[in-house]
Amino acid sequence: MTLEAVLRVPGRLDVAVRAEPGTVVAVIGPNGAGKSTLVKALAGLVAATGHARLDGTDLLELDARDRRVGMVFQDRLLFPHLSARANVAFGPRARGVRRSEAEARADTWLERLGIGELAGRKPGELSGGQAQRVSIARALATEPRLLLLDEPMAGLDVGVATALRIELAAHLAAYDGITLLVTHDAIDALTMAQQVLVIDEGGVAQQGTPAEVAQRPATEHVARLVGLNVIREGTELRSFSPTAVTVDLQEPRGSARNLWRGTVISVNPHGAAVRVVVRTTGSVSADLIADVTPAAATELGLVPGRVVWLSVKETSVNAYAVPGR
Amino acid sequence: MSDTLGRPPARLLLPAGLATLVLLVPLVALVARSPWSRIPDVLGDPVVQDALWLSLVTATVAMLICLVLGLPLAWLLARVEFPGRRLLRAIVIVPLVLPPVVAGVALVSAFGRTGLIGGPVHDATGWTLAYTTSAVVLAHVFVSLPFVVISIEGALRSIGAAYDAAAATLGATRWTTFRRVTVPLALPGIAAGMVLGWARSIGEFGATITFAGNYPGTTQIMPSFIYQKLASDPDAALTLSVLLLGVSIGVLLLLRDRWLGTMGGTP
Repeated sequence: MTLEAVLRVPGRLDVAVRAEPGTVVAVIGPNGAGKSTLVKALAGLVAATGHARLDGTDLLELDARDRRVGMVFQDRLLFPHLSARANVAFGPRARGVRRSEAEARADTWLERLGIGELAGRKPGELSGGQAQRVSIARALATEPRLLLLDEPMAGLDVGVATALRIELAAHLAAYDGITLLVTHDAIDALTMAQQVLVIDEGGVAQQGTPAEVAQRPATEHVARLVGLNVIREGTELRSFSPTAVTVDLQEPRGSARNLWRGTVISVNPHGAAVRVVVRTTGSVSADLIADVTPAAATELGLVPGRVVWLSVKETSVNAYAVPGR
Repeated sequence: MSDTLGRPPARLLLPAGLATLVLLVPLVALVARSPWSRIPDVLGDPVVQDALWLSLVTATVAMLICLVLGLPLAWLLARVEFPGRRLLRAIVIVPLVLPPVVAGVALVSAFGRTGLIGGPVHDATGWTLAYTTSAVVLAHVFVSLPFVVISIEGALRSIGAAYDAAAATLGATRWTTFRRVTVPLALPGIAAGMVLGWARSIGEFGATITFAGNYPGTTQIMPSFIYQKLASDPDAALTLSVLLLGVSIGVLLLLRDRWLGTMGGTP
């Protein structure tokens, strides 16, 4: 039951995806990169060319309703006039299951997601986290072969998102189909996925295990997501941690290899440290981040607009070839 | 309106006041001239009762026909991409701006005794639609359907197609989605469209009198009765006019949230 897809949407998407049963593929990338387009193309909500073979059938040849794909939408799209139970029972009923049986199934799923007691409520009477649980239950109740989650944590409070993330990870681990999880949060990718697909400008920028992608990010966006700086030099990428960056007000002596002059753009607390974003000037123009102690930040007088020098020891730099597309 | 911007200028206030008078004076006159003491007598007249009853029946039947035919057409216009959709919408809107008497002439041309369709039907069966109660209903449907379709289409569009997409991923056919998602969500808009269509039918005069005539008991509805009696029996005409004014105000009250709230109101 492997998924093997090549999807093209003119001007928006051109990607190849492969996933084994039981795996969770995290789809990450900047806004507008084509992540949502990818899952909507698989669901049949956006017209695409190419193919998407699953279980011997090509999804692209089927109508959306016949694809047996479960979709959790970013804005949930729970039917506002139906109770949570009726929302979850909608899928089974649409496939011909009797009402009483479909509702029993819905109750089971709501129970599994920990919101059994809310079955009678309308979506308008649910909190964001509860509504997202209902929408996950609604997608799973159709027993899909392929589960598509489009930013399921978007718009939830941090605490609610964390709790839901832990539960979702457990449900996805128990799910034997294939999951595509669109997210803009590195934590989702690192905690729930076995595979990461990095989408940028409608194409695949990188794919690999979460560890590979986290250690050797191929795009600045992913580097930021996993909290690293990344600089491209020819066919080589050089990544380093913000904690390894030294900030000076004067040009430091020593190796000129990892030395940049730039202007402070922002200064914000980051855990116990202060995170400084610097836009470099000169041959390499990039936004680099440096984590410094609050004491150092005060001593150096780091405020936006200040010109500083950034340097990194060569031993702190992880250099690797640009991962193949 | 903020007073800090200065007093509204007289050259704007004067025409605005005149406009209000133009709209208000005739209605006040109608109410003032009504033979309030004679109303029970007028309403007791069997001819009046016939016109009243016929108006209610034909408008209600027309409204139901408009719902059964108009809801699917509104759905098609709101949800399905097809070549000629803009043209179809234009066709739907034409009767909305057509002078009612022209609508009547058009209906005669199609369904009259010598009409495009009415002619062959009359030759074959000897029956003709024109000047029957059914003709009244057809005239009402013709003038009311655009109101119903456009109003429901607006309601369907404002819900958006996203719920349809969600239903499709859950395995629902378009018919199931229509029945279980689209219609329930659009219900307030559908109801408003029906009220609008019914009100349009109740007031219909030009197309009906042209196509169906003005025969007491079969095709004489309230507006045609008023038209006929204004000279000979002004009391009856005034009474029914006040009645229709009441109906209009009732419709306005029913739809006040949709009209006064969204179109006329400042948030």
